[in-house]
Amino acid sequence: MNLPESSLNIHYTAGLARLQLLPEEEAVYASQLERILNYIGQLNEIDTTGIEPGTHDAEAFDFTRADESRSPQPMESALLNAPRRSGDQFMVPKVVE
Amino acid sequence: MLHTQPIATLRRQLLAREISPADLLRSVESQISRTDSQIGAYLFRDLDRALAEAETADLSRPLGGIPIGVKDLINVKDQPTTCGSRILAGKYTSPYDATVVSRLRSAGAVPFGKLNLDEFAMGSSTENSALQITRNPWDPTRVPGGSSGGSAAAVASGEAVAALGTDTGGSIRQPASFCGIVGLKPSYGRVSRYGITAYASSLDQAGPLTRTVEDAALVLQAIAGPDPSDSTCIRQPVPDFSATLRSGVRGLRIGLPAEYFIPGTDPEVEAAVQGAIRELESQGAEIIPVSLLHTSAAVAVYYIIATAEASANLARFDGIRYGHRCENPKDLRDLYDRSRAEGFGAEVKRRIILGTYVLSSGYYDAYYTKAQKVRQLIRRDFREAFAKVDVLACPVSPAPAFKFGEHSSDPLQMYLADIFTIAANLAGICGISVPCGFTSGSPALPIGFQLLGPPLGEAVILRAAQAYEQATDWHTLRPV
Repeated sequence: MNLPESSLNIHYTAGLARLQLLPEEEAVYASQLERILNYIGQLNEIDTTGIEPGTHDAEAFDFTRADESRSPQPMESALLNAPRRSGDQFMVPKVVE
Repeated sequence: MLHTQPIATLRRQLLAREISPADLLRSVESQISRTDSQIGAYLFRDLDRALAEAETADLSRPLGGIPIGVKDLINVKDQPTTCGSRILAGKYTSPYDATVVSRLRSAGAVPFGKLNLDEFAMGSSTENSALQITRNPWDPTRVPGGSSGGSAAAVASGEAVAALGTDTGGSIRQPASFCGIVGLKPSYGRVSRYGITAYASSLDQAGPLTRTVEDAALVLQAIAGPDPSDSTCIRQPVPDFSATLRSGVRGLRIGLPAEYFIPGTDPEVEAAVQGAIRELESQGAEIIPVSLLHTSAAVAVYYIIATAEASANLARFDGIRYGHRCENPKDLRDLYDRSRAEGFGAEVKRRIILGTYVLSSGYYDAYYTKAQKVRQLIRRDFREAFAKVDVLACPVSPAPAFKFGEHSSDPLQMYLADIFTIAANLAGICGISVPCGFTSGSPALPIGFQLLGPPLGEAVILRAAQAYEQATDWHTLRPV
């Protein structure tokens, strides 16, 4: 599959990334990312027929540790950095209607 | 001048009780007081706590009594972690030690100070830190490199004896080269990442920045090895690096990859690297031309894979559990959108958006899958090269340290400067940057060369680096 002609919709993509951008930021990123995507387009020229995508040798990491409980972080330390909390809970805006 | 001595020398003095760990810490602190207002390497330090820890440091351990600086995306218990970002600065205190930090403590070292970096390690100059500027100790008008720029500048200026950094696309080796010190990126899986803020999880590794090759071996020895808290940490025993460090390079096969000696590299960098290769040849190494055919694709592959992984990893900064939260969110979506927009800097946003795009529906195969295929070709190039040679020698960076602002208006130009370091991360191999000369200008700027080794081949690159270092005195020169 060839890399598509770049059709980056900055506003939509920033929304997917949960980033609210100012219109001037959107304009700057659009031109910068356009150049970067054009550069990335060079990968089209490389024949990868028959090559499986991957990262590192899976067998090196294909193991699990014994299923034994370990002492967890105390609750207080998990809540230590909460921007807002109520007792032993993180506070968030209402999420149910 | 204790703060300018290598670890091995300091350890002898500590063991002979000629100095105490507190003497050493105070010497480091006095140098920081003298020079850090100019250099700007440190984001945080707590001398009293370090002195208290130094009092109980076990001097019989390999790093007993040695203070070590920590790049500020590595968690040190009860100390702030900022990642160089406004999303965390003043808002996060680490509840636990990263494995590399607990390993340093077990080895008797005293973690001392948190060092500046490009925000979330995204950058090559430390200019992307949202918190402060770090300057190159050799020329304050130039960058220290990045992203571990604070670590490199601190070690080069004597503000730290040694430091930990992380390397996702060159972030240990390039600043080490710009600052005239040694920087080692271990193989993927050699060192635990537990407790290190993730940027690109298939690329990130932590490693030492030090003044000598022997010091790099000592610190790596302490932090390497399997960790039950990191399933990506390879379960292989760690060799005794000191056992082979002085074995020399007679008969060692050193490959010169043609694609790393290209037009566009600064002639003084090229000459210094060639000089280093001649030195190793004169010691009995065999120099063999090799080819890494897909090198020119590495930057494009990297900026797909690294940004894709970053877009997922940085989703955790949501303003709920830690970090910045915007004022008066009208709902949960608004909380996410504005907290992240207010907290992240420009480069981080740029990479998150690029990464989100290349993973988004309709583009995933075209970008991410394609990049992961080309990555396999890059890995295959290295595998074939390491069938013929023991190590590869090449430049670290096409040019010495650049001026502030020189690349910051053009992200693509900044990315392209990483051409010689990025492929090692994609392939998961190890690499070390070693000082090999200076430019002729005034002030003279350090130049480093790079030795790359196969996966888990740290012993052989350390051995070759040590052989070179012992024959030269570049590593003894310090900025005034």
